[in-house]
Amino acid sequence: MIRLLIRDLRLALRSGGGFGLGLAFFLIVVVLVPFGVGPETGRLQAIAPGVLWVAALLACLLSLDRIFALDFEDGSLDLLATAPMPMEAVVAVKALAHWLTTGLPLTVAAPVLGVLLHLDAAATPWVLITLAIGTPALSVMGTFGAALTVGLKRGGLLLSLLVLPLYIPTLIFGAEVVRRGAQGLEVATPLLMLGAVSAGAIALVPFASAAAIRIALK
Amino acid sequence: MVSIWGWANPRKFMGWTDTALPVIAVLAAGMLALGLVWGFFFTPDDYRQGATVKIFYIHVPAAMIAINAWGMMLVASLVWIIRRHHVSALAAKAAAPVGMVMTLVALATGAIWGQPMWGTYWEWDPRLTSFLILFLFYLGYIALWEAIEDPDTAADLTSVLCLVGSVFAILSRYAVLFWNQGLHQGASLSMDAEENVADVFWYPALVATAGFALLFVALVLLRTRTEIRARRLHALETRERMVS
Repeated sequence: MIRLLIRDLRLALRSGGGFGLGLAFFLIVVVLVPFGVGPETGRLQAIAPGVLWVAALLACLLSLDRIFALDFEDGSLDLLATAPMPMEAVVAVKALAHWLTTGLPLTVAAPVLGVLLHLDAAATPWVLITLAIGTPALSVMGTFGAALTVGLKRGGLLLSLLVLPLYIPTLIFGAEVVRRGAQGLEVATPLLMLGAVSAGAIALVPFASAAAIRIALK
Repeated sequence: MVSIWGWANPRKFMGWTDTALPVIAVLAAGMLALGLVWGFFFTPDDYRQGATVKIFYIHVPAAMIAINAWGMMLVASLVWIIRRHHVSALAAKAAAPVGMVMTLVALATGAIWGQPMWGTYWEWDPRLTSFLILFLFYLGYIALWEAIEDPDTAADLTSVLCLVGSVFAILSRYAVLFWNQGLHQGASLSMDAEENVADVFWYPALVATAGFALLFVALVLLRTRTEIRARRLHALETRERMVS
């Protein structure tokens, strides 16, 4: 399992594009928003938590189709399916590799980009915390969409259509924590809900993804 | 003893629906006509909302069918996964567009009513938002069916999507409830509630709901029959190609 993780990480880092792309996309979205809504500090500050969360979510989506597609094409997914390791574990490792290469850099970069949006100083730690809790769930849910569309030629658009509705609860709770944190309100309830959604997804979604992969490989 | 699974044999299914479908269709048309005419012309106007309130004879049944259609798809998907009855998978496929249209009808009639009453076509109210999310789930489900060529793989994958989607749809419902408190009124046609709308409005609404439910059944049966015929045609064409 650790070898698979190292292999995936190495492929993501060396294949070019996969690793930095999500981060660059995140940066561009955040830069574009002030052009769209105007440069007033107050307005930017008000929408900053939501923009950061939505941008992170879209950046996460961008690299999802690579999770299984490349392995499916060159046949290594078939090898993994016959390997003495349950498919669920393969999916979990793939999700972890995806998170390490997209979710984690996004989380680290978010407070820095928050400066561009005049993110409230009180909200900055909450952005960090919620993204750290939420992005693993985004990666895991993403594996489900990637597994459903793995055999398709033009699965990319379909993938976003399938995965985005699944992201709604995570987005709601994550952005709510940051919004409340910025106003100095109590954050425990949405934070706990976010943790619950995330933990539930990490525990259960790999089974669904593995089932979908088995069907696709049949 | 006849097992209920016998009804799912494609040949038997075609047999009994052949006689049942016209009956259900006529019943649906009759109930709809009765419920809507009764509701539109023979109930008093609301003392504040005037005649606009009458759109609810369409809005409420459509919304109910929109939710229950997904429930039906969930059951059909489970039957497909567990017992692998092809008719069941095709019925789920057939129900999805009907459910999606019902969702749209509920959203559109709600918007038309909301403009004069709430002063807005759209509000990010929990119920409205949940319906929009439900619409997105229908969209994804139908798109996945269309995208996969092999029918059995498509049935398998969409069934899994339906199961996972149900969990997330319910989760979204409660997340949205947490996110924003609403304008929408609570349920007023429940069987068990203490306080419902007055009987004058309730009976035509009940008839209209029955009409919509029958309409849904008729449409799903019709579309399932079409799917079965399409599948047979496909099989025939394949065989012909093999022979020639």
